[in-house]
Amino acid sequence: MRYHSPTSFTDAAGIAAGASGLTRFLAGGTDVLVQMRAGMVQPDDLIDLKKIPGVGDITRTDDGGWRIGVAVPGIALGANAGLKTDWPGVVEGMELVGSTQIQGRATLAGNLCNGSPAADSVPGLVAAGATVEITGPEGTRTLPVEELPAGPGKTHLAKGEMVSAILLPPRGQHGGDAYLRFIPRTEMDIAVVGCAVNLTLDGDTIKSARVALGAVAPTVILVPEAAEAIIGTTLDDAAIAKLESVAKSAAKPISDKRGTSEFRVEIAGVLAKRAARIAYARAKGEQA
Amino acid sequence: MSKIHVTTTINGDPVEFLADPRETLLDCLRDKVGLTGSKEGCGTGDCGACSVELDGTLVCSCLVLGVEADGKSVSTIEGMASDNDLHPLQRKFIEHAALQCGFCTPGILVAAKKLLEVNPDPTEEETRYWLAGNLCRCTGYDKIVRAVMDAAAEMRQEVA
Repeated sequence: MRYHSPTSFTDAAGIAAGASGLTRFLAGGTDVLVQMRAGMVQPDDLIDLKKIPGVGDITRTDDGGWRIGVAVPGIALGANAGLKTDWPGVVEGMELVGSTQIQGRATLAGNLCNGSPAADSVPGLVAAGATVEITGPEGTRTLPVEELPAGPGKTHLAKGEMVSAILLPPRGQHGGDAYLRFIPRTEMDIAVVGCAVNLTLDGDTIKSARVALGAVAPTVILVPEAAEAIIGTTLDDAAIAKLESVAKSAAKPISDKRGTSEFRVEIAGVLAKRAARIAYARAKGEQA
Repeated sequence: MSKIHVTTTINGDPVEFLADPRETLLDCLRDKVGLTGSKEGCGTGDCGACSVELDGTLVCSCLVLGVEADGKSVSTIEGMASDNDLHPLQRKFIEHAALQCGFCTPGILVAAKKLLEVNPDPTEEETRYWLAGNLCRCTGYDKIVRAVMDAAAEMRQEVA
């Protein structure tokens, strides 16, 4: 295995594009190193992205959004008061990944590129309307987060391409987001179902919304019809009932050792309404 | 396979070693530097027995490559006591008998030390969540948590 530590994404893309064997990018390494140890993946070229300037930075962009470097660990997200105020749902999703030790290494970009449908940080990013900046041999492009995963363990990144930053849009006024997951214990487990809701208010009325579900399909999914169920409402009982039923219809889970399909469908509805209530309260500036 | 020359700082001392890029920091600490206090339990980041600080961040050294330590500083269990004086956590672990086989103990001490740096007055719940990535199969955790809480009280100069 050849270990590379390029100092620019362009150089990293060049190395990856020119590599003939199996290539892996190294950010936090909490998935890649485990896969290497288990013998699932034996890269010929390992490209460490952490020597690239700026990959450890969280910066506010000119438009009021956020740019999060690919090597920013979970622990640094929660430590950033401004980011946590703007996007508490994104931060709480990432903070559910692994232990304190894992939080010291694991990254949003890695959680996304690992391609797990149960990745805890991804529904929050999708609901937030986050995009990824992708650098490859042909240059740079951006893609909505929900369009990156292609299925379990697979992404739509082409050969030589890598995520070079996560971009969050400006929060704006009267907005709130939240992420909830179900696990059968209190900590250190993989989501059986996850749901993120992001919304903005005009007075008491929901002006815009995005709802994302995790672990109920081959990828994390955006559910536009769930957003439509609550837009224009004050999240009254009728809206909540519609949201619950739409979220359940959108869930197309498998049955496995962590939960049956029927159970996951039921929980998708429950989490959608609870996450919506938290996001709504946060948008109103209330504690939730 | 060409090895990579790594220059790093471990427990305040400059250290150099040659690492195969596939070797973890844990392997390098144990096999090249001779610091065998950090243990390999699972090798996949689940058990925390290999916990160290890398540039002040608590990590599993089994999920860090040795070559990634180049230019960084590493703190291990061997750096916890100063000269002949045990760290208050180490003393409290002995007083409370917060270990049985002892395999998880170095990792738990390193993790607990970091907890008390960022939160000198943790609740029992905060302590248990912080240490959720450190598995112990002997004690049932109760004595560990009590020892950490007692050490925290002593370090705040209170009587628990």
